Amino acid sequence: MSVDGYLEAFRSQGRIVVVGASLAGLRAAEALRDEGFTGTLTMIGDEPHEPYDRPPLSKQVLLGKVPPDHTALPRRRLVDAEWRLGVAATGLDLAAKRVQLSDGDSVEYDRLLITTGVRARPWPRELEAELDGVFVLRTRDDATRLHHRLKAGPRGVLVIGAGFTGSEIASACRERGLSVTVAERGAAPLVGALGGVVGEVAAELQRSHGVDLRCGVQVTGLEGDAAGRVRTAHFSDGAAVEAEVVVVALGATRNTEWLADSGLGAGPRGIACDAGCRAFDVRGIVTDDVFVAGDVARSPHPLFGYQFLSLEHWGNAVAQAEIAAHNMVSASTDRRPHLWMPSFWSAQFGVNIKSVGVPPMADQIIVTQGSLAEHRFTAAYGHQGRIIAAVTFDQAKWLDFYESEIERAAPFPPEFPTVDRRPEGMQPVPAGFPDPSLPSHGPTVTLSGHSPTDRRITFTPRRA
Amino acid sequence: MRLVVDLNRCQGYAQCAFLAPDVFTMHGDEALMYDPQPDDEQRRNVRRAAEACPVRAITVEYGDGAPAAGTAGASRVG
Ligand SMILES: Cc1cc2nc3c(=O)[nH]c(=O)nc-3n(C[C@H](O)[C@H](O)[C@H](O)COP(=O)(O)OP(=O)(O)OC[C@H]3O[C@@H](n4cnc5c(N)ncnc54)[C@H](O)[C@@H]3O)c2cc1C
Ligand code: SF4
Repeated sequence: MSVDGYLEAFRSQGRIVVVGASLAGLRAAEALRDEGFTGTLTMIGDEPHEPYDRPPLSKQVLLGKVPPDHTALPRRRLVDAEWRLGVAATGLDLAAKRVQLSDGDSVEYDRLLITTGVRARPWPRELEAELDGVFVLRTRDDATRLHHRLKAGPRGVLVIGAGFTGSEIASACRERGLSVTVAERGAAPLVGALGGVVGEVAAELQRSHGVDLRCGVQVTGLEGDAAGRVRTAHFSDGAAVEAEVVVVALGATRNTEWLADSGLGAGPRGIACDAGCRAFDVRGIVTDDVFVAGDVARSPHPLFGYQFLSLEHWGNAVAQAEIAAHNMVSASTDRRPHLWMPSFWSAQFGVNIKSVGVPPMADQIIVTQGSLAEHRFTAAYGHQGRIIAAVTFDQAKWLDFYESEIERAAPFPPEFPTVDRRPEGMQPVPAGFPDPSLPSHGPTVTLSGHSPTDRRITFTPRRA
Repeated sequence: MRLVVDLNRCQGYAQCAFLAPDVFTMHGDEALMYDPQPDDEQRRNVRRAAEACPVRAITVEYGDGAPAAGTAGASRVG
């Protein structure tokens, strides 16, 4: 049979299995049907819920404005799939093209899409993590539990880790009138994602909203009372903080353990794939029937030195799912590359924070509009003389312009005049990212080098 | 009825908050917050809001089998 003949038969009668039934999985399934795939589609998800949206969990839901179970994602179209929810994939046999399931069953595929995302990194000391009152926030069920406890008005909340999720949780707690301590190992909140200059603004925002922010410290231990409820947290500087609720916001771990012996290039930093979303195997050879999308993927980006990027961004999950779906049912010459411009937003302390590009790659930053002191500004990030990222605080309307500058590799510092440029924006300054060789839980974009088969947890020096 | 807003695309123009104030609200100057599962009586308002959004950032599933409006989350580049 010719290859074209195969594709036609596959498109009409093939079997596609999607593992991971969340944002990326759902949008891929819809796109597959949009692309005219009429074969069988099986969706495997270990959560019992139909796909729901996570960003509201740390925002509307914690504020009590939206019940946790009101977050199901709207469908763009009917997908006509077999949904196997509450069942985890536990293994993959690449040769037999078969996925093993936790209920003992297995499903065969002609093409597989992996969208297993990430999970919250738990508090590393197990006994302490089990104390009543210690939470993480990644799933709807996490949000239900945490919201329930916050509603009861705990006397003190401690948030460990001031990345985006931790900062948003702290913001919601303050808005609820709860007293909050935030402990951050780095020099400032968001420092891993946005650098020290912008991190300082985030620190000011937290403090001006009444957060007891402690940077440059680590929580060394959690202590419970006789009933097993968390009461006290001990810090590396000798301080002790009383808290009835502790939220561990130390970043995420990729859900790749189930692929450990599969022969795919999957590890703690995700699953490596090419620009067409095809997974690499451990030999560094690209597969033609296994595709990856969303938070679990690492894919190379031409605008950022062809390094593999791991993105924990809502928009990336959607865009990559669409590309993966298209490529799964298209001939090789009709395939498209995933060239999405990294973009994300965060809402905290009443400020709309948005970013395009890859800030952690930058060595310098310049405030091109507005003012850091007013918490309303646009900052451009530079790497070796070109713009590679921009961040706005309550100035989202300018971001599209910077996005086009990044796409055309425009020079840094920017040569264009801007409205509302202040004295502080006349000269670029160091962007202030922490040493990338030190582990950090902050960034939502991780540059993870050039090797498709890298399975170790190592951090690539930013200026390698 | 379910909806989601692509907040990468959203420019904070607040047209939606004007047309369906019980569903979309501005939080601070620029951050949009919304109810992802509004009551059915909001249907008219939500439809008008989704249609008025200048960047088509709002995807709605009306729950009546009609195709979802908007293009939220479609790839922006490439
Ligand atoms: C609280 C919170 C707030 C956020 N806020 C923002 C924001 O403001 N802006 C932004 O850009 N992004 C935000 N994000 C990130 C965004 O939600 C993610 O980028 C997005 O959910 C990624 O989608 P995904 O489908 O790739 O992965 P996920 O949503 O992680 O889904 C993966 C799914 O696969 C399942 N799974 C894992 N292993 C298996 C297995 N072996 N078998 C079967 N199923 C499995 C998981 O349980 C999960 O349901 C936020 C995330 C959280 C948690
Ligand atoms: S109308 Fe559209 S762009 Fe304006 S705030 Fe609403 S969603 Fe955002």
